[in-house]
Amino acid sequence: MTARARRTARVTAALLAATSVAAGLAGCGPGPVAADGTTLTVFAAASLTEAFEQVADDFEADHPGVDVRLSLAGSSSLVAQIQQGAPADVFASADTTTMDELVADDLVGTPQDFATNTLQIAVPPGNPAGVASLQDLAAPGLRLVVCAPQVPCGAATAATVDGAGIALQPVSEEQSVTDVLGKVTAGEADAGLVYVTDVARAGDQVDGIPFAESDAAVNTYPIATVTDTDQPELAREFVDAVLSPEGQAVLAGLGFAAP
Amino acid sequence: MTTWTSTPALGTSRRTGRDPAVVPGGLPRWAFVPAALGGLFVVLPLVAMGTRVDWTNYWGLITSESARAALALSLQTAATSTVVCLVLGIPLALVLARGRLPGQSLLRSLVLVPLVLPPVVGGVALLSTFGRRGLLGESMEVLGLQIAFSTTAVVLAQSFVALPFLVVSLEGALRTAGERYEVVAAGLGAGPTTVLRRVTLPLVWPGLLSGTVLSFARALGEFGATITFAGSLQGVTRTLPLEVYLQRESDPDAAVALSLLLVAVAVVVIAATHHRGPSR
Repeated sequence: MTARARRTARVTAALLAATSVAAGLAGCGPGPVAADGTTLTVFAAASLTEAFEQVADDFEADHPGVDVRLSLAGSSSLVAQIQQGAPADVFASADTTTMDELVADDLVGTPQDFATNTLQIAVPPGNPAGVASLQDLAAPGLRLVVCAPQVPCGAATAATVDGAGIALQPVSEEQSVTDVLGKVTAGEADAGLVYVTDVARAGDQVDGIPFAESDAAVNTYPIATVTDTDQPELAREFVDAVLSPEGQAVLAGLGFAAP
Repeated sequence: MTTWTSTPALGTSRRTGRDPAVVPGGLPRWAFVPAALGGLFVVLPLVAMGTRVDWTNYWGLITSESARAALALSLQTAATSTVVCLVLGIPLALVLARGRLPGQSLLRSLVLVPLVLPPVVGGVALLSTFGRRGLLGESMEVLGLQIAFSTTAVVLAQSFVALPFLVVSLEGALRTAGERYEVVAAGLGAGPTTVLRRVTLPLVWPGLLSGTVLSFARALGEFGATITFAGSLQGVTRTLPLEVYLQRESDPDAAVALSLLLVAVAVVVIAATHHRGPSR
């Protein structure tokens, strides 16, 4: 029942998100709170979706009566929501910059790094454009899609490309890494720069091409308890579950590297 | 021409300005409370956003290179989409209002679908049609035409979502106007094209105008279909709503400033249509 309640909460959150997007303005609406038992609300970066769903299921199994509610969105959006007072107990970000904003505002406890992620080239199955290296992405006529520099994956892209001394001419700078992946899986783009975990997540819908220069931008994922939480012990236990060998194994299974 | 129905967009034929039920005093008092709440519900968020604006840097925020590129692209694509809507929408509304084809009511329902569809779904549908692996996209690719990631894709997305607004407005106006004058003109020997040009279109001019403005406004605000179908690149596909959404990530002040710019454009557009407002 907890799993179903959590799923419902997730669907509600998605609907709320869809509504606010449709309205063209971002809103932060807290979802419904479970009437029975204890609810732990975890705000996590969208790239952590599968990993945190598994960790949350395990956590609920270990903590009867506890319902983990996941709110998954872009890290920047989640930071904005927490700054506006959204009811979160734990926050896991896709980069240290966004987490540092909350640290500076005293809204979270001391963050701990729990995973890293690096960029990889994603191409449609069979690699029709014959991309083999980062340099190939600069080839004229290649339809390349990347993240906009304003979002974390775009910042990582810029750091990598600048470090390698090449100039890219993307046909689109997307809002999120999911949008980049979507353009590649749809076959609209010849190549996209996404995270290793996105390639793993997409299964056989894309092929991943690792490249050495990706070391220039290693993305670190920090997690912290939210200062205003009503249940600091439980929030702490969730953070520990993510850092535990079991939690780390889940992350590793999805392509994340250890910090 | 002299009388406007207050809601030509919805195709009602009731001239509310002359309806005794809405004369002040004839209205139940309790209706004012939810009415006031309704008004507040729309106005308050806009005012609240105004309070968040960084006025000292406002000019700088809305005249940055990326903001100017987004505004110019938005105005250009929305204007082009409006033309597309007029070219396709006027004949479509005429057929729906005057034609006697089998399956016409089904056609009307289908044309209105984009009105209720989430725009992102429209984007997926357009991708399935004009995308590289889409229904028409493959043949277009062979001809060397690439739609995705181009400004053309933005215009297609905007036209897709805006067309129903023009069709609904105009069809409503055509039904309200009736066919009396057209029948008379035809009886006096005017050909169908002459009747259309000299009688029908002048009669429905207000409905056509409001439909045009509504589709322009809808095209200007288009977000979901564009980001799904066209992508996001400064000066090519990143329209003002996409720029607002992106700036939220890094520069919330710029996002609010640009949002207010869009509100201002919307107000100007609405003021322009309702300028000669419903007759009293």
